[in-house]
Amino acid sequence: MSAVAHVRSSEPGKTPPEQESTGRGRRLTVLLLLLPGTIWLLAFFVTPLVQLVATSMYDPDGTIETGYQVVVSAQNYATGLEQYSEPFLRAFLYAGSATVLCLLLGYPLAYAIAFKAGRWKNLLLILVVAPFFTSFLVRTLAWKLILADNGTVVSTFQTLGLVSDDGRLLATGIAVVAGITYNFLPFMVLPLYASLEKIDHRLIEAAGDLYSSAAAGFRRVTLPLSMPGVVAGTLLTFIPAAGDFINAELLGDTNQTMIGNVIQGSFEAGDYPTAAAMSVTLMIVIVVMVAVYIRRSGTEELL
Amino acid sequence: MTEEPTESTGGDELRLEGVTKRFGDFVAVDDLTLTVPAGSFFALLGPSGCGKTTTLRMVAGLEQPTTGRVLLGGADITTAKPYRRPVNTVFQSYALFPHLTTYENVAFGLRRQGRDRGSIEHAVREMLDLVELGGFAQRKPAQLSGGQQQRVALARALINRPQVLLLDEPLGALDLKLRRQMQLELKRIQTGVGVTFVHVTHDQEEAMTMADTIAVMNAGLVEQLGSAEELYESPRTTFVANFLGQSNLLAGEVTGRSGEDLVVEVQGTKLAVRAARAQATEGQVWLGVRPEKVHLAPAGEQADGNRLGGGRVVDVSFVGVSTQYLVTMPWGQSVSVFEQNSGARAPLTVGQEVDLHWAPEHAFVLDHQQDASAGVESLDQERVG
Repeated sequence: MSAVAHVRSSEPGKTPPEQESTGRGRRLTVLLLLLPGTIWLLAFFVTPLVQLVATSMYDPDGTIETGYQVVVSAQNYATGLEQYSEPFLRAFLYAGSATVLCLLLGYPLAYAIAFKAGRWKNLLLILVVAPFFTSFLVRTLAWKLILADNGTVVSTFQTLGLVSDDGRLLATGIAVVAGITYNFLPFMVLPLYASLEKIDHRLIEAAGDLYSSAAAGFRRVTLPLSMPGVVAGTLLTFIPAAGDFINAELLGDTNQTMIGNVIQGSFEAGDYPTAAAMSVTLMIVIVVMVAVYIRRSGTEELL
Repeated sequence: MTEEPTESTGGDELRLEGVTKRFGDFVAVDDLTLTVPAGSFFALLGPSGCGKTTTLRMVAGLEQPTTGRVLLGGADITTAKPYRRPVNTVFQSYALFPHLTTYENVAFGLRRQGRDRGSIEHAVREMLDLVELGGFAQRKPAQLSGGQQQRVALARALINRPQVLLLDEPLGALDLKLRRQMQLELKRIQTGVGVTFVHVTHDQEEAMTMADTIAVMNAGLVEQLGSAEELYESPRTTFVANFLGQSNLLAGEVTGRSGEDLVVEVQGTKLAVRAARAQATEGQVWLGVRPEKVHLAPAGEQADGNRLGGGRVVDVSFVGVSTQYLVTMPWGQSVSVFEQNSGARAPLTVGQEVDLHWAPEHAFVLDHQQDASAGVESLDQERVG
């Protein structure tokens, strides 16, 4: 439709009225297209966010029974951080470790799918996504069985001397990090694959032609060109992992509590102000970290 | 990597010995033997799919020959890795590194070879000046025009002072005017640096403008090798006769000799051709003559040389410096004739009866076994890849 309008408007003499109506129509189309998304964001993002920030500043002495007084106070933040600094740090430590592990596991996998898989490419991609067909919760519970004290993994590790005879994997940081790594691996692999797959193979040939061995060519050409995938993958892994509570809940014990568990626990206990304050803090810390990370990795223009 | 220096064959000449490349059942390059003298500008000319790019990639080390050897300056480099060869390539699509600036693209090869910063800086500046991109050092490839990208690609390869520079249709993506300009530029640079250039192209004019020697390739084989003039004036196959410029090929039969000439009978008319310019000397042949070598005269007019009568002008195209005529002969064949607009005679008109004339030394004779339309550019096979 717009193409026709274009052709017409280039014809001299008979343009103004038609062009104007088309221009107005186009503007209306844009607005109509934006409308559902805008309503959605207002209803389910902006409103809850305002509510969340407001709740985080409620009177900390209130309870669900007695009601909360609306005060503007940073008290919830101060006490929350003081009380829960450890789960906070642990959340970032676990999420960071899992992100690094995902990158180390996911990069070779994505590379193999993008460059070496040939006709198996689509099958391998389906296999990467296949775990999503089952619930996150069920898969994490399965890990609980896999890492169980009398399971084969633990006994094998004990035989190999990697775990002491009365040692265990379940309820350790290792179990939680392993669970997070497993659960978020596809979020790392898919963006990595997408950016590796886009790389023009002739660039790698050109690097070889210009005296780069396979390793040097990878370091100077493939890796820098896949940075958008690395950044996207690490963000998609790290951000949800930092707020995750399922893995720590199912595979850890009280020594592996992450900030997600604190928020969830406070919420269940009816301590809304603390839950809200911790949520907002988590959100701010992540936004700042992500901003610095993107700036540092110099991939703004590639993203 | 096998580096067995054979007997010196002189300089850094590039030599392909019996090179064959198969992709499955498809033979891309068929038992090719070729010598490119050091310091020359050598062109591999042919239509798409003739094996010219595959040949180039085997020299670069990006493809392995199925059989045969590639020798550079006497050393066997057949199986050497690309990064171990003193050979650089200007790729068809340029393949510039999009994440690096012009400066870093050009410096890439030197950095990988571990040259020190100072000398790299100096060499890059010098090379960018040579290709007239001194002011564009900090631009990314996406911020450059097609012609500028092409020059960066050239500088990036040339800075390494390779023994052989391979150019894979480097001007294909440029518009006509820029292409002409770059042809002269490339020739100037090649003469200046004295590096052996092997240039792959499907553009006969480009090959003729730049190359000292042209190898015309077709279906994995070299049809003919020689200077532009040799190939044009004395084609040895119908493919070369049609692919380089145009040719009128007339079916005839050798009936005898007269002195240094061969007598060929075409549709009842006896025509003389220099025997030295004949690829076949008896039986059925193709008698070839280039359109600009044919002169037209109103029917019956007296003139020297061969005369072939009974033509009728069916089309006249005025193209400025010359006029192109299409003349239909009594047996139905169309002959194309180019005449300079020198003003010596009033232009002929459609429908006029004409005789064709040409000098015996301007015709050539080819084997009749070959397809008379081989190498004629048709619309569907034209200008691809």
